[in-house]
Amino acid sequence: MKARVHIFYKDGVFDPQGNTVSQALQRQGFSRVASVRMGKVIDVEMNTTSTEEAKRDVQKMCDTLLVNPVIESYQIELINQGKG
Amino acid sequence: MKAGIVTFPGSNCDDDAYYALTHLAGFQGERHWHKSTPDFSDCDLVILPGGFSYGDYLRCGAMAAVSPIMESVKAFAGKGGLVLGICNGFQILCEAGLLPGALARNSGLTFSCQDVVLKVESNQGPWTNELTAGQTLTIPIAHGDGRYVIPEAEVERMRSRGEILLTYQNNPNGSVGDIAGVCNAQKNVFGLMPHPERATDLRSRDGMKIWRSVVNFLEKRRRS
Repeated sequence: MKARVHIFYKDGVFDPQGNTVSQALQRQGFSRVASVRMGKVIDVEMNTTSTEEAKRDVQKMCDTLLVNPVIESYQIELINQGKG
Repeated sequence: MKAGIVTFPGSNCDDDAYYALTHLAGFQGERHWHKSTPDFSDCDLVILPGGFSYGDYLRCGAMAAVSPIMESVKAFAGKGGLVLGICNGFQILCEAGLLPGALARNSGLTFSCQDVVLKVESNQGPWTNELTAGQTLTIPIAHGDGRYVIPEAEVERMRSRGEILLTYQNNPNGSVGDIAGVCNAQKNVFGLMPHPERATDLRSRDGMKIWRSVVNFLEKRRRS
């Protein structure tokens, strides 16, 4: 089981990287770009086939280390590797 | 007086802090590697220095905040011991939950390395008692992730309780409320992005005013 954690600055916390990329895209003529947010992705390989166990563990990892709740929000995606 | 100075992999201001404390501020210095778990109870001050601990992996200060030595730092702080985090040390204290808020990427994207003018917001407590509220200090900064973030309502609460000690005259990083340095409610834990250990001899000696405040506080506490 693989857990993929998507982490972004929370709504309301200015994202300078995303803002800069957004401006560059608009300068290059992508006039339909409204905004860009940049974040990070963390893949955690888990020694379990249980979705419940994986989710519970990764949730705890996010709460204790992977995410700073003052400035960041996150989503956990569970990927069953048997199906690719 | 004894100061414990912690070194994490990637700390790079530990030597500067050691120099300022031992050669200029009158402390006996004691170095500690982050994997140790020393008993700090014979220390008067513990310093988490600046640098780029763990290469700023994950988030600035996040990995260092779970280093073994942080249990010793938390125990010392819990008993009222003075803990100071400078730059990366400030980030570590926030990540470890010893100070409120968090430090995010500078709003202007640049790594900001310059002397800045700071305003003393409060002179209550161990860290700024040799200063007067409203006084300015010139102390250098050198950081890419120094934007202090905390909900606006918290800023007002912290200000009213004297937990905001220093603000920037010209905000270099987008910090909420121009905040450059904050302490906890008990005032024994202080974190700031500027480097008082680097303002001790060359262009500015204003950092000495902070070290003298700490010495003054410790001497008074010892006599009482």
